[in-house]
Amino acid sequence: MLKTFAKGGVHPPENKLSASRPIESLPLPQTVSIPLSQHIGAPPAPLVQKNDQVKTGQLIARGEGFVSASIHSSVTGKVVKLEEVMDAGGYRRPAVTIQVGEDEWMPEIDTSPGLIKEFDLSGKDIIEKVKEAGIVGMGGATFPSHVKMSVPRGKKAELLIINGVECEPWLTSDHRLMLEKGEELLVGIRLIMKALQVEKALIGIENNKPDAIEHLSGLCLGEKGISVVPLKVKYPQGGEKQLIKALTAREVPSGGLPIDVATVVHNVGTAFAVYEAVQKKKPLIERVVTVTGPSVKKPCNFLVRTGTPVSHLIEAAGGLPDDTGKIVSGGPMMGKALNSLQVPVTKGTSGILILPESMSVRKPVLPCIRCSRCIFVCPMGLEPYLLMTLSEKKMTEKMEKEHVMDCIECGSCSYICPSNRPLLDYIRLGKAQVNQLIRSRKK
Amino acid sequence: MDKLLRVSYSPHIHGENSVPRLMWGVIASLVPAFVLSVLYFGLGAILVTATSVLSCVLFEYLIQRFIMKVPPTVNDGSAVVTGVLLAFCLPATIPLWLVALGALVAIGVGKMSFGGLGSNPFNPALVGRVFLFISFPVQLTSWPLPMGFKTKLVDAATGATPLGVIKEGLLNNQQVPPLMDDIPSHMQLFYGNMNGSMGEVAAMALLLGFIYMVVKKIIPPVIPLTILGTVFVFTGILWLANPESNADPLFHLLTGGVMLGAIYMATDYVTSPMTKKGMVVFGVGIGVITVLIRRFGSYPEGVQFAILIMNAFVPLINSWFKPKRFGEEVQHG
Ligand code: SF4
Ligand code: SF4
Repeated sequence: MLKTFAKGGVHPPENKLSASRPIESLPLPQTVSIPLSQHIGAPPAPLVQKNDQVKTGQLIARGEGFVSASIHSSVTGKVVKLEEVMDAGGYRRPAVTIQVGEDEWMPEIDTSPGLIKEFDLSGKDIIEKVKEAGIVGMGGATFPSHVKMSVPRGKKAELLIINGVECEPWLTSDHRLMLEKGEELLVGIRLIMKALQVEKALIGIENNKPDAIEHLSGLCLGEKGISVVPLKVKYPQGGEKQLIKALTAREVPSGGLPIDVATVVHNVGTAFAVYEAVQKKKPLIERVVTVTGPSVKKPCNFLVRTGTPVSHLIEAAGGLPDDTGKIVSGGPMMGKALNSLQVPVTKGTSGILILPESMSVRKPVLPCIRCSRCIFVCPMGLEPYLLMTLSEKKMTEKMEKEHVMDCIECGSCSYICPSNRPLLDYIRLGKAQVNQLIRSRKK
Repeated sequence: MDKLLRVSYSPHIHGENSVPRLMWGVIASLVPAFVLSVLYFGLGAILVTATSVLSCVLFEYLIQRFIMKVPPTVNDGSAVVTGVLLAFCLPATIPLWLVALGALVAIGVGKMSFGGLGSNPFNPALVGRVFLFISFPVQLTSWPLPMGFKTKLVDAATGATPLGVIKEGLLNNQQVPPLMDDIPSHMQLFYGNMNGSMGEVAAMALLLGFIYMVVKKIIPPVIPLTILGTVFVFTGILWLANPESNADPLFHLLTGGVMLGAIYMATDYVTSPMTKKGMVVFGVGIGVITVLIRRFGSYPEGVQFAILIMNAFVPLINSWFKPKRFGEEVQHG
């Protein structure tokens, strides 16, 4: 029996069309727009002005404060605008727009392909380098990685978990990275282990990627303390809490963090970025992005510089299909629908999913038939049908008592409901109401 | 190349399930029981089922269209399910106007008066059936003998159900073992070759439907298993304690409406609990009440009442038996 998490979960059709497509470097676009806030912290002030020349990898905004990440230019060229652009969530964010010229990297960055295995650094140094390189969680939440690599006082980390689950249907960027950059990845994992002072790391990979499991298991043979664990395919196994449960049977307490059960979770993309940052002095300015969808001509995995407009990726994948109804940044379960093709790729963009009109329209909502399916699939043990009703009636306190804040917004409930009820939409509203209530109490 | 894009919140895909798909799945699983009831009771079984289904659908349509003034939703299949289930717990030779009346009560009172699908506390088919049973006890308990297409539509030869035979005998101070001689063998009971409501008799076909629904993930198996298990254990204890005045547990599972009730009536989504724990409590409750009525009440069969009684407890069960939350014990520990 393969391991998986115990409670709930769904298994949508996997549709990993681009799984066998090697990572290709995407030609540079004419301009890039790099949003200054690519993480959940406050946006830093830009260090460049209009008409400045910048080089690839040059720092253009320094993360202020602890929970904040630095931003680097992903191209060489001239700063043409310091204006707001629309991000994937539909918000306007301050950004630096650069007209792309001849690619010239900062001199200290090692752009040679060679693998550098050895390092002789303290944990502190590693964390400092990760912070300088502006690395954030690349699975989508984009939380600054150096914060997650610094164990808070009074806590202890025992185990590093590397998330190679890629449980979202359609996406294959992590899969390709594991296949093509396995050795670099393992060095990255060693670096994170050193920073956390742990002796053991587990790489969790779902069983629908047997080639990645085999490849990394082979590489792990020579590595002390690192092993690959194949997992049964089940969404949302890539959720931190679900992954920890699947691998260690430990349950992160309600309202707690992984470190409360002595574990830290990092995504494979992040581990690779840590390798490049520490061993190659390369800041996080590019990432692998899957471009896919039922009508996409050439589903692909591209190595893309941050700030590249989504339209550029879609062109390279064969152009926008005629039947396009919706474009999602990220996977179909948790991704965000874009309202413009000019939205730039950021550090957290794992994929661009182009859905045809027929898959973009929601089906008509019927009354709840109390079939329990939403309860059975909720990985957090909540009662989505009840939370939706409470949210509709604005019964905020009751919602808090029903633990609406435990919801990880995985969307399994809305996915499964035979009455097509928009459960998660209402639960999100409910969470916002409860958040307000909690804030008003603190005043 | 900017074109108008649709924007909505995640998730952006939806599973295969839909209410019609589930309801038609239930209907498909009832086909074997229907076929057997036609083999046992002939034309009457077809007429009663057709009348019941058509009346339920028609009444739902008319009430939604003209009284509630909402767009009719009859093609979701739920009225068809109610129609089939109502027919299945009636004798095959019942006058058709009574069937239509039962359908009116099932849909009108049992379902629509509460607001329609999803809002009714009681299983509509059972509401219709119990109304008929109380108002027309004679017609509702004239069980035709299973004579296939030779079963006459009017003035058919009738006889008591196996449960009725036992109840009657016990009231006349007879003992169970000799009474069993008048009753078909357990194997015959399993095939459904006995006097009874048309769709209730064939345990074999109902179990087939149950397996189909579980495999197709239409219902979880919890409720039927706990009801049947409870009935088996409870009647087993009574039987071991006193075989002279109690029928054996297998007899209890194979007769009356307990199979149909456990598999189809008690598993109605709308009127059963929402969590696995709640479902177990609900199932045990139905099993216990059924046996109490059968053994100590004045009716030979009690499963319909048992389900309706437990339906009334569902809101309480739902608020008592919550799912186990992720990370909860750790928090309290
Ligand atoms: S899945 Fe949908 S219909 Fe079923 S109980 Fe939940 S909200 Fe109601
Ligand atoms: S309630 Fe939240 S955690 Fe539970 S299934 Fe729905 S989205 Fe996922």
